[in-house]
Amino acid sequence: MSANLDSSNQPSSPKGSKVSFDFFQFLYKYGTILTIIVLIIVFSIANPSFLQWSNVENILRSISIVTIIAVGLTISLSVNGFDLSIGSVASLANAVVISMFVWYSQNTFVAIISALLAAALVGLLNSFLIVKMKIPDMLLTLAMMFVIQGVALTYTRSATISPNMIMPDGSYSEGTISKVFSLLGQAPYIIIIMFVVVIIAHIFLTYTKHGRYMYVIGGNEEAARLSGIPVNKYKVLAYVLSALLAALGGIILASRVMQAEINAGSDYLMDAVAAAFIGLSVMGAGKPNAFGTFVGAVLIGILANGLVMMSVPYYAMDIVKGGVFALALAITYYKMK
Amino acid sequence: MTLAETALQMHNITIDFPGVRALDNAQFAMDTGRVHALIGANGAGKSTLMKVLSGAYSHYTGEILLDGQPVDIRSPQKSKGLGIQIVYQEVDTALIPYLTVGENIMLNHMVNEMGRKQLIRYSAIHQQAKKLLDRLNIQVSSRSLVSSLTLAEKQMVLIARAISTDCRFLILDEPTAPLSMTETERLFDIVRQLRDNNVGVIFISHRLQELFEICDDITVMRNGRFISQNNISEVTINDIVEKMLGKQLDEQFPVIDREIHQTIFEVEHLCDDEKVEDVTFHVHAGEVIGLAGLVGAGKTEICKALFGQANHVRGKVKLHGKPLNIRTPHQAVKSGLALVPEERRKEGILVDENVRTNLTAANLGSFVRVLSFLDFKKEKEASHKVVKDLDVKTPSIETKLAYLSGGNQQKIAIGKWLIADADVYIFDEPTKGVDVGSKKDIFTLILELAKRGKAIIYASSELAEIIGITDRTYLIYDGKVVKEVETRKTTEEELLFYSTGGRDS
Repeated sequence: MSANLDSSNQPSSPKGSKVSFDFFQFLYKYGTILTIIVLIIVFSIANPSFLQWSNVENILRSISIVTIIAVGLTISLSVNGFDLSIGSVASLANAVVISMFVWYSQNTFVAIISALLAAALVGLLNSFLIVKMKIPDMLLTLAMMFVIQGVALTYTRSATISPNMIMPDGSYSEGTISKVFSLLGQAPYIIIIMFVVVIIAHIFLTYTKHGRYMYVIGGNEEAARLSGIPVNKYKVLAYVLSALLAALGGIILASRVMQAEINAGSDYLMDAVAAAFIGLSVMGAGKPNAFGTFVGAVLIGILANGLVMMSVPYYAMDIVKGGVFALALAITYYKMK
Repeated sequence: MTLAETALQMHNITIDFPGVRALDNAQFAMDTGRVHALIGANGAGKSTLMKVLSGAYSHYTGEILLDGQPVDIRSPQKSKGLGIQIVYQEVDTALIPYLTVGENIMLNHMVNEMGRKQLIRYSAIHQQAKKLLDRLNIQVSSRSLVSSLTLAEKQMVLIARAISTDCRFLILDEPTAPLSMTETERLFDIVRQLRDNNVGVIFISHRLQELFEICDDITVMRNGRFISQNNISEVTINDIVEKMLGKQLDEQFPVIDREIHQTIFEVEHLCDDEKVEDVTFHVHAGEVIGLAGLVGAGKTEICKALFGQANHVRGKVKLHGKPLNIRTPHQAVKSGLALVPEERRKEGILVDENVRTNLTAANLGSFVRVLSFLDFKKEKEASHKVVKDLDVKTPSIETKLAYLSGGNQQKIAIGKWLIADADVYIFDEPTKGVDVGSKKDIFTLILELAKRGKAIIYASSELAEIIGITDRTYLIYDGKVVKEVETRKTTEEELLFYSTGGRDS
């Protein structure tokens, strides 16, 4: 082999000249980050207040919930799974946590634990049906998405839960939402929680045995099994973690709006999917990773914030968001060709 | 089909990939109506040369002549238009599983020759497909689904597709690798028939013996260069191997002095639900035992049953005299077993992960500090050591396995179990798709393990290997052990006798 091979870890694809290869390799690795930098420059020229701390904080706050849910999705992606039920789980957790306060006058600890328990149950059910019944994960979690959405709706009787709401028997609810709980959804706590989640997930996936096993399973399940890795155990873990993080997102959402709206979590599903998939290519990781997911969420958040500042109507926002997502995927998959 | 012969010549074909010159002034020449073997070690460039011929690359230099007329082949369409068809080794990539045999055979026709017609006449499709199947004497209904076929049948469907249009040259890339002996015979019948119909068949294979059975001429390549072309009757296997390696082949099977100790691994009355029936054997420490049998005899099933990878396994398995209860591969590894599976790409390695991750996947537990945090330094050191010990040709331990050759991938698949340090090593067809040079490295490795007191189970359908490497051999036929022999006292003929169902009278 020539010196050429020694200097690069990834020999290029047979086709294409050297120059274009390097260019796409660069785009693949740094395209997302580059896009973010370009967006920041453009938006701050268009509107100098874009870079003020209050706005930066605004952006970080707005992406916190998406990021937390997307990190959960990232973990399910790392075992080559796909958890579509995360939006519904967030809705469910949202409803459970608020109802514990408002309907049952429980304290903060009980409220949060109940929501997490409900989510863990969903995660266990998901993984049981995937691991034991062998249902393809995307289809199963799609089915569970509807089921859990329905469960959340039934639980709340399709009503928004908020303090002093009218109960079915005509009385007013007496519970209140605790002060401590209301802090979770406010800056800086909401941002701190997001960073803690991202960092812990990143360390877990990259620096621990368990994370490595998950990537090995995602890379080749059969080889992982024959290497002696308890594949099913790790799949269960991945889906439970995914559900728990979705629930955490729902809980924080509850704290932020201080009530439980119908299907409040479902909006976050697609943004989370976008963030996690944009994150695949960040810094050339080539696989689902928590840091990349965070960068993906930042990209979406900056875009939304900047466009609002530039007075792009809210109803046109999805066009841009989808367009950027498609572009990021184009860069990722063009390289993989 | 015309009966006039066509001559194919490829002159000075050179092709560069970043960092590698894959072909260096390669030559190839043959006529229709002949079967021509093209061989070389892994990475010699034979597949690349054939890809050039079939139009897969457009950036080569050199000349291709048909009947002395230069032709410019830069796309698969062009190549097919000139009557050059190729059947790749991975048959599943070329077939559409949920369509019928007939539709698959007539795919080219449906795609390219429908013209303005919009409706498909299935009766005509099946009629034509049936004609092709009959011509090749293939016993498959044109109306059955491709997904229900065996691998050998799929291959035949692809050959039928190749000759559904004008076919002057047919390239078969390692067609016999996945086939059993009877299936191989069937394939050879078809190849002979094609030859008699004035088709030029280019035959790539690692199994040297069979070339002598089927081929008329042979071209040897090495390091992207043309080495020799001969009539096959003029050469011997040793000549060919020498040319492939560029050096005299010293004894293919290394000899390593070792001692055989007490029995450490015992298997009694092993059964599974499907294939394995009442298998009993034992292995001593430091011993290599063979599980010999034809493809489909049940060797893989026995290996998997031992490793907890089969349903409803019954029977007793003892290691060091202690009974084991293995229900999953996880338990097998914990008990001290290691399996190098037959389907390397599918079951043994992670092609998208780097060398380091692959090597430590089976024993990551010994590369962790507190709280399961990985010790990257230790991991790297261990990986470097294995790469060096096994002489794995890789630019770095961070290189993805997808970029390594088959032989080197196999070394990694074995290497990960060296790190795991098991007591019993099970090898299932470890030399499949591996070139001659790497084979010897793998044999050395296996014998070194035995020398360290490990028990080795070597399952293979290559009887020469069984003879060359094992101490004792159990002959497997239809999921059962039919005979135990001491390898020193047996011959390939005897092994073949028992593995084809022969019994002591």
